[in-house]
Amino acid sequence: MHEMSLCESIREVIEDQARTHGFARVVHLRLEIGRFAGVEKSALEFAFGVVMRGSPAEDAALEMIDLPGRAMCFDCGKTVEIEDRFALCPECGGAKLLPAGGDEMRIKDMEVL
Amino acid sequence: MCTTCGCGDAPKFEIRGEGGRPLPFGHVDAGKAVQLFGAGHPHDHDHAHPHDHAHPHDHAHPHDHAHPHDHAHPHDHAHPHDHDHDHDHDHGTLLHHHGTGPAGVTVPGMSQTRLIEVETAILAKNDGIAASNRRVLDALGVFSVNLVSSPGSGKTTLLCRTIEMLGAAPLAVIEGDQQTSNDADRIRATGARALQINTGKGCHLDAQMVGTAIDALRPLPGSYLFIENVGNLVCPAAFDLGEDAKVAILSVTEGEDKPLKYPDMFTAAKLAILNKTDLAPHCDADLDAYEANLRRVNPAITVLRVSARTGEGMAAWISWLRAGLQEKAR
Repeated sequence: MHEMSLCESIREVIEDQARTHGFARVVHLRLEIGRFAGVEKSALEFAFGVVMRGSPAEDAALEMIDLPGRAMCFDCGKTVEIEDRFALCPECGGAKLLPAGGDEMRIKDMEVL
Repeated sequence: MCTTCGCGDAPKFEIRGEGGRPLPFGHVDAGKAVQLFGAGHPHDHDHAHPHDHAHPHDHAHPHDHAHPHDHAHPHDHAHPHDHDHDHDHDHGTLLHHHGTGPAGVTVPGMSQTRLIEVETAILAKNDGIAASNRRVLDALGVFSVNLVSSPGSGKTTLLCRTIEMLGAAPLAVIEGDQQTSNDADRIRATGARALQINTGKGCHLDAQMVGTAIDALRPLPGSYLFIENVGNLVCPAAFDLGEDAKVAILSVTEGEDKPLKYPDMFTAAKLAILNKTDLAPHCDADLDAYEANLRRVNPAITVLRVSARTGEGMAAWISWLRAGLQEKAR
């Protein structure tokens, strides 16, 4: 999607945090990425390496935690977890599912030195 | 590096007024984007503010009894937790060892790194500015739509026709394109007020660009605001601008399976306009299949079949807009 731009935003957050908390290096960064966030993880990983150069997070280990995709089924009315956008409802087999979560893109935490 | 899609140089955008004259808004500080809006408008500032105050818990305690302030402080907000803590989370194959310093020195019981809980959405800054835009527009009772589509789906033609049909209703238009002010010129030719945002190499509008344009346009109370996004079915889906609704435009020449190929945008949209229906017989387009695929990715979406060229179906779109504006007036 626009993984480079996401990394720019991550870098801004890290630099803000570095000023506030006075750390020099991020050792490990954890992101939470929803299954429907539209983020291509390999692209994000590549962009991360490029964008973080010269920042406290240069060489930081990047960990991406998958958050499940959730959807509301218009047939049975339940909120269900689904693997992909076009999965059928695991409860009733219906095809009318409206994503109701799983589009998260969050910086969870970071380990700093 | 481009802050939008990484495809170019420094983030730059230009806003062009009449005659393609660039307005003096280049890089606008996020905080100023809405403050520029002028006096007298009730608007709350809701930008993302990384609230990083130090927390000096230093109350004077004139008690003589012993005060064992050793209680745990379960601060759930993202704050600099400076206490030492050995966390034993599994890190798979990651190569860091608590207690071993860069020089290989091990201090038993001491962790060298500390954990900062950030818990921030990656696009928090954009979302904060979008919320601020939304408050400004809500306070004015402006109904705003973000028109999204592939390039060439007929957004600008649809808009020109819409402006004609809305007649005397006050409205303003923000046009987003990588280059040229052609679209804003076309809109201005209808007599409507329009600003062009050139994103340079960027692939979508973001909340800050739109906030700056709102400041410059100063939409009238109770008016419509049309934001024509950059023609792109991918990136604009993720960037909230502060609009009331995303309207996805899909022309019948694009292929019935387009909603399945680019589901995010059609999921984010409240309304889909199936445009250029006058061409359907010439390109064997199956309009029912378009609708079925739109509902497959978004069961809640409203679909209107429209030909901006012939005017067919335009009345339903105008009614949808009027209902939206009425809703805002409440």
